[in-house]
Amino acid sequence: MIETVVDVLTTAFLIFGAFFMVTGAIGLLRFPDFYTRLHATGKCDTLGEVAILFGCMIYSAYHGMPFVVFKLLCIILFFFIANPTGTHAIMKAAYKTGVKPWRVGEERR
Amino acid sequence: MNRKDFLSVVVTFLIMYVFWLLLSACIGSHHGIDYIRVVGGLICAGIVTAFSHKHRLLFTGKEEKVLTKAYRFIFYVPWLLWQIILANFDVAYRVLHPKMPINPRIIEFDTTLRGDISRTTLANSITLTPGTITIEVKGSRFWVHAIADKAAEALLVDKTMQMKVAYVFMEF
Repeated sequence: MIETVVDVLTTAFLIFGAFFMVTGAIGLLRFPDFYTRLHATGKCDTLGEVAILFGCMIYSAYHGMPFVVFKLLCIILFFFIANPTGTHAIMKAAYKTGVKPWRVGEERR
Repeated sequence: MNRKDFLSVVVTFLIMYVFWLLLSACIGSHHGIDYIRVVGGLICAGIVTAFSHKHRLLFTGKEEKVLTKAYRFIFYVPWLLWQIILANFDVAYRVLHPKMPINPRIIEFDTTLRGDISRTTLANSITLTPGTITIEVKGSRFWVHAIADKAAEALLVDKTMQMKVAYVFMEF
């Protein structure tokens, strides 16, 4: 019984994560400007990857691999700190080199 | 090498070595202790300690009431996680909506936070939460790119996040 619950939970988290990764990719194509595209990928990719890794954590916790759980937890923590910092660094570099932000009503860049 | 330096070297080395052992899983495995990993851990932890024991995160001697701040920080994290989930639903809504309702602009504001850690926490939280990304921090002035009016208002008018971070780090 618990095996089914763990399987369902893992699948749910994996689908949740995959949905957000795909949404991030769609945002990358749809948004009209450098800064807004960074919004889409920077946020959606963070949550998508964390959800996928969390699903893997649940699976390996049930199947008795405690060291894998610890390693995945370390990766998740690192990801929460590193991904926003990377997004910020890219955006700061664009701002410093003069990429102009897009306002409503202009054409796509 | 005085007593404080020696203590920082020992504590850093112990933390690095325990972390190595946990990551390489050589004490719980079924084939007995793998001596290459044990000795390799000593060498790697030693190298890392030699380079970094001076840059302390915890017992820097400059902070007060570290336990209260840590305790409050632990309660701040679930709120942040909930905001992250809300943020992503918000961005997903804007991406998948046929009209794509975005209205991006860059806003500036000042904060009353003074320490480095609290400003970094605020900048990271701004990047993690609905519709805003930190562009630049100069002193106490933040430049933030917001993707819609609701997100910009939450930072400029409500100031929920600034209040929460100020509460965690006890700087009002």
